[in-house]
Amino acid sequence: MDNLFLMLAPIFSSKLLLVLFFGTLFGLILGVLPGLGPTTGGALILPFTMTLDPLSAIVLLTSIYCAGTYGGAITAVLINTPGTPAAAATCLDGYPLAQKGEAGRALGMATVSSTVGGIFSVIILVFFAPILAQLAYEFGQPEYFALAIFGLTMLASIGEGSPIKNLIAGAFGILISTVGKDFMTSIDRFTFGINELTEGIGFIPVVVGLFAMSEMLTQSTLINQVFNRIALKAIKLPSIEDYKKTWKTILRSSGIGSFIGVLPAEGGTVASLIGYSEAKRFSKNPEEFGKGSIEGIAGAEAANNAATGGAMVPTLALGIPGSATTAVILTGLIIHGVRPGPDLFREQPDFLYGIFGAMLIANILFFIFGFFGAKIFARITLVPNKILWPMIFAVSVCGTYSLNQSIIDVWIMLFFGVLGFFMRRYGFSVVPVIIGLILGELVEGTLRQSLVIFDGNWLMFLTRPIALTFFILSLIALAFPLIRSKKNKKSL
Amino acid sequence: MKNVQKLKRANKSLPFFFKDEFKVSFTIIFVSIILLITTFTFDVVPPILNRGIQPATFPKALLILIIIMTFVIYYLSKKNPWKVEKKLPRSFFLTLLSFIIFIIISKTLDFFLAISALSIFVSYCWGEKRFFYLVLVGIIFPVIVFVFFETILGLRFPPGIITNIYYS
Repeated sequence: MDNLFLMLAPIFSSKLLLVLFFGTLFGLILGVLPGLGPTTGGALILPFTMTLDPLSAIVLLTSIYCAGTYGGAITAVLINTPGTPAAAATCLDGYPLAQKGEAGRALGMATVSSTVGGIFSVIILVFFAPILAQLAYEFGQPEYFALAIFGLTMLASIGEGSPIKNLIAGAFGILISTVGKDFMTSIDRFTFGINELTEGIGFIPVVVGLFAMSEMLTQSTLINQVFNRIALKAIKLPSIEDYKKTWKTILRSSGIGSFIGVLPAEGGTVASLIGYSEAKRFSKNPEEFGKGSIEGIAGAEAANNAATGGAMVPTLALGIPGSATTAVILTGLIIHGVRPGPDLFREQPDFLYGIFGAMLIANILFFIFGFFGAKIFARITLVPNKILWPMIFAVSVCGTYSLNQSIIDVWIMLFFGVLGFFMRRYGFSVVPVIIGLILGELVEGTLRQSLVIFDGNWLMFLTRPIALTFFILSLIALAFPLIRSKKNKKSL
Repeated sequence: MKNVQKLKRANKSLPFFFKDEFKVSFTIIFVSIILLITTFTFDVVPPILNRGIQPATFPKALLILIIIMTFVIYYLSKKNPWKVEKKLPRSFFLTLLSFIIFIIISKTLDFFLAISALSIFVSYCWGEKRFFYLVLVGIIFPVIVFVFFETILGLRFPPGIITNIYYS
């Protein structure tokens, strides 16, 4: 109980509550709009956070994260289009149930299971992040290098799409981080004589380009798409019968989502798919799945929201992002001068409790907003793309320019927008690029410092038990997709 | 499912250099080789200042890794061809063109004017013909964004024909 008060104390200031309120509202709107979502929205809002103090900025980003993840369910149920990729599994049963005239029941279950999943994951975050941070005190440079490699290989292994393509994208992200002056020797790398590049390529132009601008180009290919909207009369709380049917599924998916979230990968999307398939496997009525099963909605939604808190565990404890949106949050932390890791837990516990408290309240707030405002939020999808995206462009350009007041940043953003579009088109996820960019300095820095410690002897990495464990886990992560595909072939 | 199989079959019938697998792999390898050559132009640090490895070593290793992995995906695509993507519509190329127009206008005339021109152009190309909405996305909204950034974030936009009038 004392811990709960400690957690909530920093958040109870009028300013932070206001930030939380707007963050949740904005997150819901972003989640509802297909193509936007918390990752793109977080990237767009990043430059604005520079006017806020670090805690308010991170509270804003985390509330967008929690609410945006839930918001995707509204669109998934009503127009059969996931507002966020994490809500893709929700479409499978949410829309068929809505077609049967039970949109209110479907959204009610999505709201309740999302809230339970979200709160469950905050509890996991509060307990496990400090433990992980404590363990990280044992880490030296070689261990951090091995951990970063493990993070990247996990991304390849359980992320969306082809593992090798994910690895190429991750390596490309690390390569981008090498542009500019080498931080150890001050030697220019890949600057091509352009002065602005000596400081390196900033996170924000790349993030906004890869997420927002590439999505704008994607939307330009979909302008003739027609959505069949289902009218929502009112959202309904699930019945006792529904609770009896789904409580086990909600708890199981909350556990699955939190676990998947902790692993450095694409968090919510993978979690919701696994949560959904496990719900089907354990269900007494698996034949109902895909035709409007209430358990299917509960399984997917509890898992994707549970991944939010889970993904914050490695982000805060180790500085390794657990998902695309936490990569944006990590960027926010870095640009505000906050370096995540064990020292953060020792030196700024109030800051962390503020984040934990904000996530807890955001989960309760989106329940209230979702319950009373789903009908209004559903109307946001009526804003046509031909109006919405030019506006997003204006915000993206000004936001990107604002950081360094550099026009080069805007061009970099546009370049990455085009690149991101073609990457997605040919099956390369853009998330590993961002994570590679964020981890790039850590990977190279720790590698080079480790080699100094080891006097250039690479084999010395294998004499460090923790580093060796991470390398073995990396190998397992790389082998996992091969084993999975062989298993799938056998079962076919 | 049938459509995917159909698309895969369609891809198989193309000569190898027209296939997406080849075009994408070739582009990645080509760019990586150019960057790899560039790494040989990086300054070399004297051994006394060199910490661990030379500044060029790490990017070189990454580029070699990317090239190897690209060969692997190309090899794997022979067994399991990628699905052929739909042809890109006209609206995509017009949006891409608007990015180029944006760069030209922002460099030569005015940053704000470039945002405004792109917004109207994109909105129109995507099917918006109503005058009020074009004014909304092309003038009213960019003005709000401009004033917001200027006053709240204290941002100074680059000089240009419109921004100069505003600042004067």
